[in-house]
Amino acid sequence: MAFVHVSDLCKTYRIAKRDSGAWGAVRGVFKREYKDIQALRNLSFDIERGELVGYIGPNGAGKSTTIKILSGILVPTSGACIVDDLVPWESRRSHVSRIGVVFGQRTQLWWDLPVVESFQLLKEIYRVSETTYRDSLDELVELLSLQSLLDTPVRQLSLGQRMRCDLAASLLHKPSILFLDEPTIGLDAVSKLAVRDFIRELNERRNVTVILTTHDMDDIEALCRRIMLINNGQLLFDGKLDGLRKQVSSERHLRLTLTHSEEIFADPDLRVVRQDDGQVILAFDPTHVPTAEMIARVTSEHAVSDLYVENPPIEEIIARFYEGEGQ
Amino acid sequence: MRPYLARFSAQFRMLLQYREAALAGLATQFFWGVIRIMIFDAFYRTTTAAQPLTFEQTVSYVWLGQALFHLTPYRLDNELVQSIRSGDVVYQMLRPVSVYWSWFARGLALRTAPTLLRALPMFLITIPFFGLELPVSWAAFGAFMLSIVGAALLSAALTTLASTVSVWTISGNGISMLLLGSVALFSGSLVPLPLMPDWAQGILNFLPFRGIADVPFRLWIGDLAASEVFALLGQQLIWTLAIAFISQLILKHGLKRMVIQGG
Repeated sequence: MAFVHVSDLCKTYRIAKRDSGAWGAVRGVFKREYKDIQALRNLSFDIERGELVGYIGPNGAGKSTTIKILSGILVPTSGACIVDDLVPWESRRSHVSRIGVVFGQRTQLWWDLPVVESFQLLKEIYRVSETTYRDSLDELVELLSLQSLLDTPVRQLSLGQRMRCDLAASLLHKPSILFLDEPTIGLDAVSKLAVRDFIRELNERRNVTVILTTHDMDDIEALCRRIMLINNGQLLFDGKLDGLRKQVSSERHLRLTLTHSEEIFADPDLRVVRQDDGQVILAFDPTHVPTAEMIARVTSEHAVSDLYVENPPIEEIIARFYEGEGQ
Repeated sequence: MRPYLARFSAQFRMLLQYREAALAGLATQFFWGVIRIMIFDAFYRTTTAAQPLTFEQTVSYVWLGQALFHLTPYRLDNELVQSIRSGDVVYQMLRPVSVYWSWFARGLALRTAPTLLRALPMFLITIPFFGLELPVSWAAFGAFMLSIVGAALLSAALTTLASTVSVWTISGNGISMLLLGSVALFSGSLVPLPLMPDWAQGILNFLPFRGIADVPFRLWIGDLAASEVFALLGQQLIWTLAIAFISQLILKHGLKRMVIQGG
């Protein structure tokens, strides 16, 4: 069986409805009406050991619900889920001792304690032996450059520093699987790169299975060989990023810098995505007109000073994927 | 035990940092003590009936209550309740330990660390200058110390019960307030329990609350015999375990239906 196996997972939340205003509040005391919200509908997937999977979808798609079920803190309404031979919510304590979880918007470090004291506390909580702890800590301190932060109280850390420490905290007990819920949210460019490099290193060197939810498409592009796309609690796509691209559209973008800013593109095989002063983005279909021919056509008809071929940004692909689903 | 001891010790050390708060609290508790003693002074001057405690015993009882004020669960574990509200509690559920006993360890630190900071200076002021009499005998002192351990455990259990009830967020808050109100009234931290009406004594003796304050105080002033301490300690421990058991049921049920707030 796969390392992570999920089949027909459903989760329905019951939410008490309340009419607005004072009268609604009073009525709510006596008569409760409930509304069912289906957060997950028959979700199924398998993940093998050592994979790095990007789990993406718009807000409210069901990402966090899935992560919470996989990490054993939420019980699904129906369906099966097995992680490393355990049912997460049934054997919570043995399960959580083998996983690491980071929620980008929350910290697991103790606010008033120096970072290293939080680490020591976690060492006790996970019953990690002194040698394993030393070993783990040395490696993490080096990979995440934490040396200068260890004695700082958590409340004095910047967001990027805190995130690095949070990542270390989730890995002290050497888990075999790591759940990252928006680990780069709010970070500056340098911190983002550091976090990404670390995640890649962890996955490749330590063979830790990583499930990453994010809204940052650069994270996905930089890290994930496989992506799972979810919306309204259903899996819409599961596969490689290229596969998603092809499924939505095979378009390429031509990014041009023009010598004269006033040019008109009349070629029927070209679509103008944006034209802004001398900067133009054109879209074309390479299965219809080969890229080389298209470049030749454009450069012969227009005065081009620079030219660059690229894939459409992943945001656009995904937005279009959702639009396609909506229709 | 290892994770829970570590949890307790970290929380304890953290709370010891708040020395300024302790100093301010000490002043407040001192003035409250003076006011309470003035009220009892007026009461003892006007009463004609014989009272179960002498005025001197009552004064000592009041000062013990002021010195050990933080040993009573007079308020919620706000930090924990806040983390339940905000959803940060999720990390506590991701640890390979019992959520209940981790909270209990926190609660125990919350009750003992501030008490330690405030009690000693309070004793130093009130024993020589404000009428807190020394324990009636060494045996009474020993019984008091044992009983304080029982009181701390019981108080931690009640604190944690209030936190587990808070898993029901809004409606839970009301129940917690009711619980903490009962503590103030039935533990002896407002009015010494021997001064309560006779018909109430049976109920007061049965309820867990007196184990937090009244029992150790009366051992100190000699109103309860030192030889009774083991039976009294037994009662404190039985209530502690019973409350722990109920809290775990509440927590188990509560966590199952809890939706972690905010994504």
